[in-house]
Amino acid sequence: MTLTRFVTKSAFRNKRRSLLTVLSITFSLLLLTLMMTIWHSFYLDKGSTQSALRLITRHRVSLTESMPVYYREKMRTVPGVVAVAPTQWFGGLYKDDKPDNFFAQFGTDPAEIFKVQTDFKIPDDQLAAWQRDQAGCVVDSELAKKYGWKIGDRIVIKGTIFPVDPELTIRGIFTAPQPTITVYFNYKYVEEAVPFAKGHAGTFNILADSPENVPKIAAAIDAMFHNSPEPTKTETEKAFQLGFINSLGNVKAFILSICFAVVFATLLVSANTMAMSIRERTREVAVLKTLGFTRQSILGLYVSEAITVALVGGFLGCLLAIGLVSAMAKAPGMGFFFLGMKVTIPTFLLAIFVAGMVGFLSAILPAYHAAKLDIVEGLRHIG
Amino acid sequence: MAIPISYNIRNLKLRKGLTIMTALGIALTVTTAVFLMALLAGLKKAFMASGDPVNVLVMRKGSTAELSGGFDANLFPTLRTLPGIAKDAQGDPIASGEWVVVVVLPRKDGTGEVNVSVRGLMPAGLTLRPNARLVEGRWFTPGQREIVVGNSIHKRFSGANVGDTMDFAKGQWKVVGVFDSGGTAYDSELWGDVNQIAADFDRQGGFASAYLRATDPVAADALKHRVSDDQRLKLEGTLETEYYEKQTSSGGPIKFIGTFVAIIMAIGSSFAAMNTMYAAVAYRSKEIATLRIIGFSRPSILASFVIEALLLSLLGAIVGIVLILPFNGMSTGIGNQLTFSETVFSLHLTWGVALAAVIFAMVMGLLGGFAPAWHAARQDILTSLRA
Repeated sequence: MTLTRFVTKSAFRNKRRSLLTVLSITFSLLLLTLMMTIWHSFYLDKGSTQSALRLITRHRVSLTESMPVYYREKMRTVPGVVAVAPTQWFGGLYKDDKPDNFFAQFGTDPAEIFKVQTDFKIPDDQLAAWQRDQAGCVVDSELAKKYGWKIGDRIVIKGTIFPVDPELTIRGIFTAPQPTITVYFNYKYVEEAVPFAKGHAGTFNILADSPENVPKIAAAIDAMFHNSPEPTKTETEKAFQLGFINSLGNVKAFILSICFAVVFATLLVSANTMAMSIRERTREVAVLKTLGFTRQSILGLYVSEAITVALVGGFLGCLLAIGLVSAMAKAPGMGFFFLGMKVTIPTFLLAIFVAGMVGFLSAILPAYHAAKLDIVEGLRHIG
Repeated sequence: MAIPISYNIRNLKLRKGLTIMTALGIALTVTTAVFLMALLAGLKKAFMASGDPVNVLVMRKGSTAELSGGFDANLFPTLRTLPGIAKDAQGDPIASGEWVVVVVLPRKDGTGEVNVSVRGLMPAGLTLRPNARLVEGRWFTPGQREIVVGNSIHKRFSGANVGDTMDFAKGQWKVVGVFDSGGTAYDSELWGDVNQIAADFDRQGGFASAYLRATDPVAADALKHRVSDDQRLKLEGTLETEYYEKQTSSGGPIKFIGTFVAIIMAIGSSFAAMNTMYAAVAYRSKEIATLRIIGFSRPSILASFVIEALLLSLLGAIVGIVLILPFNGMSTGIGNQLTFSETVFSLHLTWGVALAAVIFAMVMGLLGGFAPAWHAARQDILTSLRA
């Protein structure tokens, strides 16, 4: 019998206990992986190369203030700017105000929005059809799938910010690299119906020609409007999204404290199991020693046993997390935050590593005691 | 006959290490759950206490929040003269036309910028919010670029002390006072003169909302319907209490994530408790057989082990609640989806939350303890004695 076989045999000799421990670790690691994935996508993910070329300009005071739409022409003069599309959050309701029916509606310029959102794919004829119809709209393919929308369907959005209920005809369906739950329509529709909306834009989406120019463009635009009545704030698409997450509250501390509680709880569970299982085998340890196993090798045997159990649990937990994250990333009604989220390889490896560490730490103390055991005492032990 | 509980307590004491570790595991799960429940309780308290049952909030029909849209200022005199509105000492109706706008302020601890609501109000707006008391300085003077800051803003943001100036919209604003409204949502706002705010944000000629103070709650309800039913106005009345109750929905994400985290952790802890109880049963198989021989029935053995698991989880619940005590009253902010700005609230450990935590732990104990107890009760006496 090889040592590896010995370790795996002992790790699962009390099947029920090992199974319970593995399951307990599985659920903890599921949670941990989930939290780490959220952390990763919020704070570490730099976004795609296309996204890194995009900037968003908003009113300096806050996102709820709008800017004059003529800023767009001035922005075009900034070196490195390829395209600028104004967007206005419409914030209307579809069917009812249930979160499940929530999606984003933006009033924009059909001529240019797809020049900025270069990673959105839409057939040319559909785009042309939308550009011709002022009461038309284009919808995200995932959203179209959810509601069973087809080209030519009419949807009615009830305005909350603007006192108008646009009746829009779907002229095109676009696919984005990740679901956006967004409908774009011609802002002229709102401008013509609502006098106070005329000539305003909530945000400007800007496409830069190279990543190096992105910070320069941001600085140039903000400098350009610095002393005007409506100063701006320009930041990368990613930074803009992060602003939303930060506005939710202290998300970082929230995630960290959950991670800490989970890891510590897992450690307790695993340590408990190892303490029980090593104590049960006091006589076995004595026998191993009589056979000539050194303290180090006994320590090694028990520690690897705990690591094996923890790794199995960790691996299962990660697998579950991958399934859950991909389900969440597709689920509509979960809002924007989980869209396109996935468990990355570094996150996966880190989670497995944490599981291994938990196994190691949980076994080190009881295994140390076992290794130090006096042979005669051990043999006399009744357990 | 039932086995005395002292038997279980002694057993738990006998294997201290195991008991403490399992209880701690349960405690951590309970702590997490209690933390989230206390957050929600605090949030609810902040919003519930914000509304005054005699205040009627008037907004444009279709508006869901004070932030979205507005109505013509010409409608305000009509609103003001509606019957049922309380009069102040001078005999003027207590009604205030208001604007709510959002500005971005840097957090004191340097963790980024936060959206904060700025409310422009008429002097009557202060009269109809009697629970907002000045704690420092004075109220703003109409016609001046002056603001008073809510207590939470005062504590959480730099440059929000009396004498400081704040830079937003078209220039600088002088902070002249700090007010406290008892931990409600108003504490997360800046207040200034409505005309000044409207001018700075280019919103002259209208109001986002109007607040009317009715003489009593019954009159408030009548006033609300009168506003909504008047076809000329195209406005909608809501009781202030109803408006804020709706805002508690901004706790939705916390509730969702909290429930999710608590359930997953609870499953993990139940497995751990099950492990401990199975071990307890295994260690005592001879003892159990002996108890059976003495005459204790299977049901009483089952009950005894379930009780032991419940005691274990109760211990966990108590430790878990004690662990959260130092955080009670700690304040934090949450993004409010309706006002688009941060509302500060504090962790609020209520008796309800504590009770829910104990029940939560008991359920874990029951889930973890039943199978081992069943196993113990079903054990064959002879085999156990021989083992």
